[in-house]
Amino acid sequence: MSFLFAPPLVPEFARAFVPEMALVAGALMVLGADLSVGRGKALRWRVGCAAALGVVSVAGALAGLLLVGNEGGAAAVFKVSRVAVAGLGGLAVLVLGGTSRVRNPAEQVALMLFALAGLLLMIVAKSLLTIFLALELAGLSLYVLAGFDKARRESAEAGLKYFLFGGMAAAFLLFGFSLLYGLTGAVDLEAVRRGIAEGPGGGNRELLAVAGMMVFVGLAYKTALAPFHHWAPDVYAGAPAASGVLIASASKVAGFVLMLRLWEAFGVPGATVLWVLAGCSIVAGNAVALAQGNVRRLLAYSAIAHAGVMVMSVAAGHVPVLEFYAVTYGLATAGAFAVVAVVEASGRCREISDLNGLWKRSRLLTACLMVCVLSLAGVPPLAGFLGKFRVFAQVLARYGSGGAAFWMVLLAVASSAVALYYYLRILKAAFVCDPAPGAEAKIKTPVAAAVALVAASVALVALGVAPWLLEQLASL
Amino acid sequence: MPTLVVAIYVELEMLRGFFFGFTMSFLLPWTIYLSFAGAVVTWFAGAQSAARARWCALGTMVATLGISLVAAWGFVPVASPQSMVNIGWLGDWARFHLAVDGISLALVLLTGVAGVAGVLFSWDVERRAGDFFALFLLLLCGVYGVFLSADVFLLFVFYEIAIVPKYFLVAAWGSTNREYGAMKLVLYSFAGSALVLAGLVWMSAVGTRTLPVFDLAGFVECGRMLPVALQVPLFALMFTGFAVLAGMFPFHTWAPTGHVAAPTGASMLLAGVVMKLGAYGCLRVALPAFPLGFGVFQPVIAWLAVAGIVYAGLVALVQRDFKFVIGYSSVSHMGFVLLGLAAASPLALGGAVLQMFSHGVVAGLLFGVVGRMVYGRTHSRDLQWLRTLPLARLMPFAAVVFALAAMASMGMPGFSGFPAELAILSGVWRQEPVWALAAVVGIPVGAAFMLRALQLAFLGGDGGGGGVRFAPVSLPEKVGAGLLLGVSVGVGLRPDVLTGWIAPALESPWFDLVRNGGAQ
Repeated sequence: MSFLFAPPLVPEFARAFVPEMALVAGALMVLGADLSVGRGKALRWRVGCAAALGVVSVAGALAGLLLVGNEGGAAAVFKVSRVAVAGLGGLAVLVLGGTSRVRNPAEQVALMLFALAGLLLMIVAKSLLTIFLALELAGLSLYVLAGFDKARRESAEAGLKYFLFGGMAAAFLLFGFSLLYGLTGAVDLEAVRRGIAEGPGGGNRELLAVAGMMVFVGLAYKTALAPFHHWAPDVYAGAPAASGVLIASASKVAGFVLMLRLWEAFGVPGATVLWVLAGCSIVAGNAVALAQGNVRRLLAYSAIAHAGVMVMSVAAGHVPVLEFYAVTYGLATAGAFAVVAVVEASGRCREISDLNGLWKRSRLLTACLMVCVLSLAGVPPLAGFLGKFRVFAQVLARYGSGGAAFWMVLLAVASSAVALYYYLRILKAAFVCDPAPGAEAKIKTPVAAAVALVAASVALVALGVAPWLLEQLASL
Repeated sequence: MPTLVVAIYVELEMLRGFFFGFTMSFLLPWTIYLSFAGAVVTWFAGAQSAARARWCALGTMVATLGISLVAAWGFVPVASPQSMVNIGWLGDWARFHLAVDGISLALVLLTGVAGVAGVLFSWDVERRAGDFFALFLLLLCGVYGVFLSADVFLLFVFYEIAIVPKYFLVAAWGSTNREYGAMKLVLYSFAGSALVLAGLVWMSAVGTRTLPVFDLAGFVECGRMLPVALQVPLFALMFTGFAVLAGMFPFHTWAPTGHVAAPTGASMLLAGVVMKLGAYGCLRVALPAFPLGFGVFQPVIAWLAVAGIVYAGLVALVQRDFKFVIGYSSVSHMGFVLLGLAAASPLALGGAVLQMFSHGVVAGLLFGVVGRMVYGRTHSRDLQWLRTLPLARLMPFAAVVFALAAMASMGMPGFSGFPAELAILSGVWRQEPVWALAAVVGIPVGAAFMLRALQLAFLGGDGGGGGVRFAPVSLPEKVGAGLLLGVSVGVGLRPDVLTGWIAPALESPWFDLVRNGGAQ
């Protein structure tokens, strides 16, 4: 099949960009179709059309990722995360197709595709400038997506908060990048790395540390690591559900892969900073999640706790381990969010108690929610468990069983037992409790959302039993 | 079709006539696969009718029991576990490695018996039967997996598969305080397994890179070579983690609460097989892999076990709730298992395994009688209230079964508890007479609380309850009770069948460092 992308059809220089081009072209197509064919059509039709075109363009991007040759070094290394980001984006578009009620579906889908293009670029960008551009392309699209449901106050609040915090983070990042440029005289990541290794002139070790700190504070904001996490609960709670899927899953995968690359490149700040970020996130995320009554806020705090573990895997510095954890986490969160979206579309889903009696209302949703939430909790044989185990094993393999790394692993293992409590609260509502009076109607899961849910659940089970499937993606 | 029949016949003849190891390597893993497949089928069948779900579940469990019986019939006892399946799973560091020795086989048989009886005693579950039996079978799939795993990582995975369904079974179908009981139960178990996980992660870091450290043989070999300074914390982590599930004092409090809250079938499984998972983990992983660590903690474990035996027995003596009596009796009897592990002589270890088997059968029976026969009909477990009823006349079958089960539980000769506790106590006596003397106090206490419960529940009440009538004991209950009683009496009369499997397994070189009491 790769002949499709061979030179006569696709010019040589553009081959590396096939996925991004597919997404951008898809976004324009979605907008154009809505403007021309969709004019005056019913909202349902327009949602369906936008989502269908969106899925097609994501499929194009996936085909580009899987079928184009692996000549470019970074593209081959991070193929798994790129495929996963595109796939998670596809899930978000499917969820949107099934549940969205906003008035401008085409714009929402187009923004999702732009955000995906940004995230894909972010994973492989090799110069500080491209990294920043990719981050901002993704970031600006995501801010708008969070505030997309203009009619709802919460959504507007989410958009504004996300934008303000994100803008601040971008400022930190840019400041860090400019310091790096000043120190090494280069924007190319490899050149920056070499410059740092040779030692920046004039004994500027301190300045280098400041630059590294700036970059990592920016990234910590973007990936919602404690103590820079305050935007996350409001954004998760207020954003339209489909946007939430994208923010919670794909952007996390891309963000952490980027963090790993930058950390490997600079070697600053030292691992201590990562341990602090990880410890704060694990403790704060799990402790506050215990007290949450709102499903989405709970998912947000669980995301913060998981981000803590992902920072540990950044410190472990092993790409496949981080990728596996991030991908399985993304799938599980996307699935849980999708269930919330479907329940919301047929009534109300704010509090955990709104999930009461889900077993009576839809067996499919209950089963998928169980798989996703138990995977988040790290219960074998679901993929979340293996992800967790591999991160811990890798951290100890790299840092040995003495010192801070060891205590971090113990903390993370202990907190997984705490986390089970709040995950079981969700499942208790869904599986054990009876539905509230007046909310007993069966939920009919829209086909698109059902596809997304089943895909996520099956992937979680499959990756838990056969984790090598993920790495085989890279050699397709 | 005839060709197929002939082919099956020839196949069976081959299996029977040829080398028996071949039979086993073929069949036993299917207990795991079948119970998983059964869970899925049952879940879908439950969408149609409750009856279909329960027949699916019963069929699955009978099939797995049949498989283990066939395997047991051709079993040739050997010292080291015989591999049945050994394929690479997660690269080279964790393998899908299933193996069987006498200990595993005895416990697999127990699982089959307890599972069949559990389904029979759950025959009255009408509400969400599909979900109930699917989770039930999933739990059993995990249990079978633990008993057959020869890879520590795989064992851990199955261990957790057995833990999580418990929450849903108890919380959704339980009785008194079910949500609290379920959460307590699962959080204790999960905290225990977090300790085990920490130990595993640690081992993966200290283990040498060359040998696949999680394969049980490699794990044991690797663990034994570690210095004391590492063995002590590793043993503490892994033994405590597993022992939580075995109901070790003072981490036992989840057991009575959870067992009381659980629906009958689930409490039969919890007391019958799930608590054995913890003891099995201690015996299979913690003891052989960290003998030096064990040597340090040996007296602590022994005294905790003795404390559990006596304390839980005394607590059982004053319970008003019938099910709490049985719940605490479980903790007390599991104390004997832990004591046997602590003594670590071949006699005591063999007794511990036999006691696991025996307690699994007897506790299942007791919970079946109390939960299904008595509570299911009178809707009360209050012993003070039950004494006003002439239950022995109203439910003669239940009374007789309970009396027999109580005798088995007390360790009367002729039942399975007798050879087990005798072996443990005499093994412990040779090791450290003080432990045995202290533990022996538990025997009259155990007799006392069973007799008290028997008297209050069944033999009271001449005055009230004259016109009360209860539904007769149904056929599934009778079959289930008969099965469990039969097994208990069978093992009581011929313990040598089981010990004949178990003793050679304890001769394995894995146990050579702990076999003589751990101390070097």
